[in-house]
Amino acid sequence: MSSVTLFGLCGAALVGLGLFGLIVQPGVLRKILAFNLLGSGVLLLFGVIARRGGGVVAGNGSDPVAQALIITALVVAFAATVLAVALLRRLVQETGRDSLDSDG
Amino acid sequence: MSVALAADAGLALLILGLAVWTSIARTAGGAVIGFMAYGLLVALVWVRLAAVDVALTEAALGSGLTGFVLLGAAARLPRDAPAARPGWGLRLAAGVVSAAVAAGLAAVVLLLPVSAPTLAPAATANLPALGLGNPVTGVLIAYRAIDTLLESVVLVLALIGLWSLARDGDWGGRPGALRSADPSPALVLLAQVLPPLGILVGIYLFWTGAIAPGGAFQGGTVLAAMWVLTLVTGLTRPPRVGGRGVRLLLVAGPALFLAIGVAGFWLGGAFLAYPAGYAKPLILAIEAALTLSIAVALGLLLAGPPLAQSGPRA
Amino acid sequence: MDSLATLASATWGGPLLVLALMLPVAALMLAFVLGGRHAERVVLATLPIGLGVAVAIAAAIIHQGAALHYDLGGWAPPLGVSLHADGLSATLLLTTAVVLCAVGLYARADFRVPPGVSEARAPLAFWTLLLAVWAGLNAVFLGQDLFNLYVALELLTFAAVPLVCLSGSPQTIAAALRYLLFALMGSVLYLLGGALFYGAYGTLDIPMLSARLASGDPIAPAALAAAALMTAGLLAKTALFPLHLWLPPAHAGAPAAGSAVLSALVVKASFFLILRLWFDVMPASLTHLAAQVLAALGAAAILFGGVLALRQARLKMLIAYSTLAQIGYLFLVFPLVANPAAAPILDLGQTPGAWTGGVLQLVSHAFAKAAMFMAAGLIAGALGHDQLRGLGGIGRVLPMTVFAFALAGLSLMGLPPSGGFASKWLLLSASIETGQWWWTLVMLAGGLLTGAYLFRVLAPALSTRGPPLTLVKPVERSRELVVLGLALCSVVLGLVPFSSFGLVQIGRLGATGIGLP
Repeated sequence: MSSVTLFGLCGAALVGLGLFGLIVQPGVLRKILAFNLLGSGVLLLFGVIARRGGGVVAGNGSDPVAQALIITALVVAFAATVLAVALLRRLVQETGRDSLDSDG
Repeated sequence: MSVALAADAGLALLILGLAVWTSIARTAGGAVIGFMAYGLLVALVWVRLAAVDVALTEAALGSGLTGFVLLGAAARLPRDAPAARPGWGLRLAAGVVSAAVAAGLAAVVLLLPVSAPTLAPAATANLPALGLGNPVTGVLIAYRAIDTLLESVVLVLALIGLWSLARDGDWGGRPGALRSADPSPALVLLAQVLPPLGILVGIYLFWTGAIAPGGAFQGGTVLAAMWVLTLVTGLTRPPRVGGRGVRLLLVAGPALFLAIGVAGFWLGGAFLAYPAGYAKPLILAIEAALTLSIAVALGLLLAGPPLAQSGPRA
Repeated sequence: MDSLATLASATWGGPLLVLALMLPVAALMLAFVLGGRHAERVVLATLPIGLGVAVAIAAAIIHQGAALHYDLGGWAPPLGVSLHADGLSATLLLTTAVVLCAVGLYARADFRVPPGVSEARAPLAFWTLLLAVWAGLNAVFLGQDLFNLYVALELLTFAAVPLVCLSGSPQTIAAALRYLLFALMGSVLYLLGGALFYGAYGTLDIPMLSARLASGDPIAPAALAAAALMTAGLLAKTALFPLHLWLPPAHAGAPAAGSAVLSALVVKASFFLILRLWFDVMPASLTHLAAQVLAALGAAAILFGGVLALRQARLKMLIAYSTLAQIGYLFLVFPLVANPAAAPILDLGQTPGAWTGGVLQLVSHAFAKAAMFMAAGLIAGALGHDQLRGLGGIGRVLPMTVFAFALAGLSLMGLPPSGGFASKWLLLSASIETGQWWWTLVMLAGGLLTGAYLFRVLAPALSTRGPPLTLVKPVERSRELVVLGLALCSVVLGLVPFSSFGLVQIGRLGATGIGLP
């Protein structure tokens, strides 16, 4: 097994962990953290694909197309986290709670 | 099979361990700290995967700024928040689905075709015509320019969404989430010493992006971090959200990108095409404007929605 | 019209697509920088131009009889990204422009900058977000590259979520947060699917992917996983049962103009991508299988959404649950189009009824649902609440609004003459022609449920007994007219002969492949 495959399996596990957390964590902050784990697992898998593609060509590089897409996705994930956190802070201010339950 | 593989296995295990810690830590603050450490290790993985451009972005944005935002939220969570956990049925179903997804993906990783199809050669072959040396920048600013253009608009949009969470009476005020009432002297010193250096690093990252790892996103993130440092310590004040100047700065990058793209209809033969021979200066101009807009947008995203003028430091 | 079409198709066909995508983006930046009262003016000036562009695109496609295409930056796929508009895209661009024009006119009264201040929070946010929704929708309808479409979906998410909580009440904040989390999960799964497609086939361009998938080699496991993940992610964004939890509070919590945009248009974007994935990317043999699952979920949504709509106490919640059910109908298209028995119809070179029926459902629901939410907004504004119990006699006070609501309801129920009738008729015929009678039962049951929950609104609204209602606020005649106009659009669709819906067929990639075993 190569290092690249190893990181791919790591990414797969992170996706599972993040997905599970996103569904079952009761606290919103924990859900946001889980979303970030899920997102980084997805990007790691993408990175593994990029490394394989880059390796074929340059022998020691990573596919620049995939890298560019990953960077774009990282920026989106950051912006999404900021928006989610801002909504959460407003929710805590208004209701004193960190959960989405019992709001109908 | 080597020391490198063993080290990588250790790295992967450490990452998984921190991810589990982030999921089960008892306090929210602990979980966030775990996540920040996790992000730094993931940046290491990006280096191991030969994706230095991504590693820089991950360390600065994915771990650094994201962690900063989450820490701020964790500090304001109610202490007594033992929200009800979902029932056994849902947890079991979620566990089964998540495990199946993870197992399926693991199988996909192991079954990926031997020949890895890729666009890497095409991306590299066209670089000389653009006067660039870093193929990642070539993808972001030329081949897939539309994605980057829309992405820079997404940042502005995220900021509009954030500001829309203000209270009506606070509109027109300054963002107030960062203002620390009593910054420690050490932090103030840091905020005085670090920014000149940080600004140089940020500009270098943008400048070198044409030929080496770096670019507008990485440079803008470093500049934003420096600005935020001075905001936290009160050395600078965030601008009022109603100001036209700050809004011009925010759209400068996407607007210039769009303008040059439209000019491409006539000068380059297509929307978002660069005229032959002028590609590099135009790309540098776009990157410079984007770096500035991204820095301002990220800084303001961290600074939160506006607060009314009657704040402690108004 | 003819000269316009000639001009458009000859030289401007491709650039028109760029214009459709970039006009709202440029307007968004302008509105944001100018701010204050200018934001509204920028939107109202841009909307008719955008409508004109959409008309020109449709005209160019009809004139050419083929799809429009444009390689951005002169870089052809797979390295570059291209824009593409077939008849379906053009139909949706047009629908979007019409609905947004109506929403823009309607929203002026709700999002006016109050006198005495130069700018206010809600108006600036609403007008800029409206442009952003438009940009995101056009980007989805024109996208031809899976990652470009990911950016488009995110643009849409960031535009739609803040619309939900413009009022700032705790309930709407929670609804927006729940919506955001669902939408983000959906985007991430979609992105993972894109990455896997890229890993297996080295391209993100839809036609190239389709060609490589159909090349005869066994399909890579990565592609199967990719299609499954993308579908799951997009279903979460479309709020198909059982991933619907976020929709009712979000769509009911937004201001009426925002609800109209979210329910009529935004959920359709992710549905459109599911259509493209299964009809334009994946080979037909696999689509047959997926179609059964998707339609089963759609059927569940029709019944479940209908029953829950019956039990709501608030008008806006009832309309939001009705959206759940109406989304279900859209998914019945999959087994009806992707069925071997449909092949003879295709061979005759005629419009397959199910496809046209599905597109008609998409469009007529957009008009009807936008009209309904905006009518509900007028009613809620006039009464100060939207409790169903308090609606008695509203028809005497706001006859035009209630009439518009009833017309839109006609279309939702599928009664003639209306676009909803035409679409449901086509879907029913297709299900009988292809021997899948069980979908017929679902559609009929759904129609009865729709009739029942609309009766709960219209019966008290039209009653002539009871004490006269006192209005908190008068209702402007111009806003009632806008709502009526949209409701009429949904009805008029049913009066147009089917043969004139040829547009929705132009340039369909799968038109020759679908249905062949």
